[in-house]
This record gives sequence, C-alpha cells and structure tokens, in this order.
Amino acid sequence: MLKTYTYPKFNYRSPPEIASGKVLKVPVVVVGAGPVGLGMALDLDLQGIPVLLVDEDDTVSIGSRGVCYAKRALEILDRYGVGDAVCAKGVSWNVGRTFFRESEVYNFNLVPEPDHHRPGMVNLQQYYLEEYLVRRAATRPGIELRWNNKLVSVTSHGQGATLKVETPDGLYTVEADWLIAADGARSPIRRMLGLEVEGKIFMDRFLIADVVMKADFPAERWFWFDPPFHPNQSVLLHKQTDSVFRIDFQLGWDADPEEEKKPENVIPRIKAMLGDQREFELEWVSVYTFQCRRMGRFNHGRVIFVGDAAHQVSPFGARGANSGLQDADNLGWKLKLVIDGKAPQRLLDSYSEERVCAADENLMNSTRSTDFITPKSRASRTFRNAALSLARDHAFGRSLVNSGRLSVPAFLVDSSLNTPDEDAFAGRMLPGAPMDDAPVARDGAPGWLLQSTGNCFRLMVFVDDPASTDTSALSRLAIGGIPLEPLLVSRVPVTACALPCVHDIRGVAARRYDARPGTTYLIRPDQHVAARWRAFDAEKILAAVARATCRQ
Amino acid sequence: MALNLNPNLSEAGKRYFSAYSPGDDFYELLIGAHRDLSDEQSELLNARLILLLANHIGDIGTLREALAVARDGVQG
Repeated sequence: MLKTYTYPKFNYRSPPEIASGKVLKVPVVVVGAGPVGLGMALDLDLQGIPVLLVDEDDTVSIGSRGVCYAKRALEILDRYGVGDAVCAKGVSWNVGRTFFRESEVYNFNLVPEPDHHRPGMVNLQQYYLEEYLVRRAATRPGIELRWNNKLVSVTSHGQGATLKVETPDGLYTVEADWLIAADGARSPIRRMLGLEVEGKIFMDRFLIADVVMKADFPAERWFWFDPPFHPNQSVLLHKQTDSVFRIDFQLGWDADPEEEKKPENVIPRIKAMLGDQREFELEWVSVYTFQCRRMGRFNHGRVIFVGDAAHQVSPFGARGANSGLQDADNLGWKLKLVIDGKAPQRLLDSYSEERVCAADENLMNSTRSTDFITPKSRASRTFRNAALSLARDHAFGRSLVNSGRLSVPAFLVDSSLNTPDEDAFAGRMLPGAPMDDAPVARDGAPGWLLQSTGNCFRLMVFVDDPASTDTSALSRLAIGGIPLEPLLVSRVPVTACALPCVHDIRGVAARRYDARPGTTYLIRPDQHVAARWRAFDAEKILAAVARATCRQ
Repeated sequence: MALNLNPNLSEAGKRYFSAYSPGDDFYELLIGAHRDLSDEQSELLNARLILLLANHIGDIGTLREALAVARDGVQG
C-alpha cells in the first residue's frame, strides 16, 4: 500500500530508576500519549505542574483514526501551542453533498462565521496532530515523555497511585500523587482498577479506507444514503491532507471483516463509487464496529479518566478527540488549584459533572446520527427515506437529515460552578458558555480575544475608554491566593493603559457579549464564562470565584 | 394559513445552541414512539398521528397543500 506519511520513531531511554532501583516519585503521571494525553500534559505544563507522560509505544497513532478537528478543539490547541501547525497542515472544507439513491438531494456550504480566529473545522490525519503535540511537549522542560514504557499494574490509595512500569530494560515503580488515565477506549487502567463502563455496541460494521487520489478531487464531504453502488447502506467520503481521502462503507452486521478488508474486495467498491477512471491507491483499510458508552463518573479518588478511556462515541460527528481535548481543557486548572491547596478536592467532582454532561450530549448526538444513518426498523427506514425525499425541495426536510452532527463545544449551563445571572443579557454568552472569539487589537497589533484569555481566572471588563476609566479597583483582585487577572476591552483605540487591554476594533466583542461600558465577565482558565454583571462589584466577583472553585 | 416548509420545531422553555437540535429532538421522539411495534402496528400509529395532527392544524386549506406536497414525492 502507498504511504504518504513516515511514522516517526521516538527515542526510548533507559529510565534511571532501573539502574538505581529507586522508586520514582512524581506529582502527576499521565498514561497514554494520544492527542488527549499529550494535550493533558501540555495543559498541566501551562499550569506549572511537572508531568511524567508514559506510553507503551514509540510512535504516533497508526492507521485510520481521528480526522476532523472542530473549532473549539483548535482554540484549545492554540493554548497548547500547536493550533497554527494543525491549521497550516490541515484542509478546510465547506461544501457538503448528500446523495439519496441515484442523485444528489441537496448540498450545503458551511461558510465559516466571520470574525473568528479559527474555522468551524479542519481535517487532518490524527498522526500529524500527535506529531505536532509531541514536538511541542519535547520543548517543555516540565514534561518528561517516556516511550516504550508500559503500565503493567496500578493500585490506587488515598494519597495517590502506585504504578509498575515495564520497559525493554526491566520494571520500575512510580509513586504518583495523581494518575490521569488517557489510555484509550480499552483503558487498561480502568480494567486494572475494576471500574465499569456502560453503554451499547452498535450491531453494524464499517469498512474504513484511506485512499490516495491520483487525480484532482474536490475538497468536499460526500454522504450517500442507499447508493446504487452499495445498496441499502451508507457511504461517506471525506478529504484529508496529502490528497488522502477517508471513505467509510457501512457493511452491516453479517459482513466478514477479514474478507471485506482484502484489496480485491475493497477496490471494486471504490471504483463503483467514483464511477470513472480516476486513479487511486489504498493507504490503509480496516473494519470497525462502534460503541457508545461512558463511565458513571470520571474521577475516582486520585485517579482521573480523560478522553476515550472515560467515554466513547460513534465517529459520526467527530466527537471523540474533540471532546477529549475539552476534558483536558476542563481538568488542568482544577487539578492545579487542588494540588496547590487553593481549592478543595471536590472541585474535581465538577470535572466529572461537567464532562459527564458533555459526554451525554455527545453520546446523544452520535447515537441519533447512527440511528438515522442505519435505521433499525422498517418504520424508521421509511421515515428516513421520507425525510431524504422531502429534503430535495424543502428546507424543513433538510434540517431533519442527519448524516452526522459535527462536534460543538459543551455549553456548561447547568454547572454548579456558574453564578446565575442577576442582570439581563441577550445573546449566548451565558454562564457556562465557551467564549466566543472576536477580532481585537493589543498594543496596536491585530489579534484575537481568545489569545488574551485562558490559563487563569480573568476579569473581562468592557470600557468606553480606559484613559477615562478608574481601574484602581481592578488590580490586585484575589481570593485565597487565586489571582484575578484583569482584561479591559476598550471601545476606542487604546492610547495608554496600565492594565492589560484590547481594542474591540469593530465592536464584535461588545456585540457577541451584549456588552455596555461597565459590563464585567468572569472567565474561567478554560475560557468558559463563570459569571457576568452589568457593573463592577468586587464582592460579587469574589463570591463568584469562590463558587467557581468550590471554596464556598 | 400557508404551509410552512421551513424548519419550525421548538419546545417552550428550551434553549438551543445548535440549529439542528429541535429537529433531532422531535425525530428521536418519533422513532422512539415506534419502538417494539410490528410493521402493522407502526402503520396504525402513523395513521392515528396524522389524524391527530390534522385536527390540531384545523385549516383544511393547509392540509390540502400538505397532502399535495406529500403526494408529489410519492407519485412516480
């Protein structure tokens, strides 16, 4: 098979503990260097926590894995320092076409909403993302990456976890105050600790082929329901980078995976699909079944689960890695406050609550897509075909057609960390919402609002003109050692300001946040809104920080 | 009352963050209502549902229009 990508081989080094026989003591160990484990390590590094990251392998993910990175994940990757690399290498697509039987039913053009730094999504093979994250982690002195280090046993106790790690040179022991399990859908840690994961397996099989197109082919997403070249099933074609296309063929439960994977069976399917003589070569072929399931809770004492280890969805909607990165985003700052003794350990319960809520939304959406794409009864199939036939001419029919609902960030509106609104606001930046971006200028240079937030609690205050605003109350705001960094958002260009300040160049920030002079937002380190008011009130602000950190 | 052919579903008191959510909410309810029914029972459920909704809509002009649109995609 053709290879467009050369898998890097990361250096294994014999751990010093093997020669010394000493137990390695660390504050945090992350197990699993996939996108979520690597993101977690980079998040903790931004918080100033040293991290040991171990992985049983010595390269990136192999084969057909994640493809689609949505806007919120890209914004998180910006915080981790790899957003530019991912966006530069990834491909954007806007046009999607939906086919039913012989013909196109409709197409859509997802023109990106203007005035956001990042697009709605980019497509990129998972190995590139991992490579960029590894490269970034390697530049961080606080992150120690150990390849070919396989966790073989774990015991959890009140003060942390004891791990036995196997290497080519033998075993050593790690005592970690905190263990973060990013070890994937089949999480060995989950199994070793005897923890349950509940859900269902979908009685269906999918053939996943990564194909290198030798001829030009549009950067579009094509989805077929019941096409003549693959009757009664669905097919998805999706562009990746390097002229590689991802093709998913629904096979049905009775298909024989070994037979279906053979090139002599795969190639005719693809030829029939392309319907012409365009040349292509196979890069990777595999057969998958899908599961939708999650753990009852994601934190168990000093052991915390993130990504697929905690929750698993069907791939329709790209909700796997995208939600896993949001887990890391949610957990990093909370763990930091708990380790520093600035917040009680139950703040980590809110990690579980918030991300369980997000996982349920992802499970719901991906299950709905799966049910639409693969109807389980005659009635369900009839309704699906009816929706598809109405979609050709009617907007309401198109809104019912579900070929995957792309990952969108969780609005944590029911979180106990939010302070409910006392004042009236329009728009969608309510407590729990992930921040909307906006074009701003900082020190005269154009940039983005999200670049001036993140990693710490921030008080975002909208002002008419910082030069004529008394900002003395804004500096040195803190509670229990948790500082509150101010950020002024000015309506007019900033001439002089003692505090961090951005200019809302076209008024987009004020519009998106329904802000007037004096409007104050409390922003969490993960760029979610915690509280907001029409006027600055130090007492209310400190109470909201206390609430957002479980200090109450 | 002209037949509305644009997306028109919503639930009182519920706030949506994605345009597709209300349609998907309804579709899940609809398919869920058919769970564990035989094909014949499903047909009966659909017929009862149409009669209920027709009575709720009330305006026969609108219903005539809906019948025509529905029939248009079935003739062949």
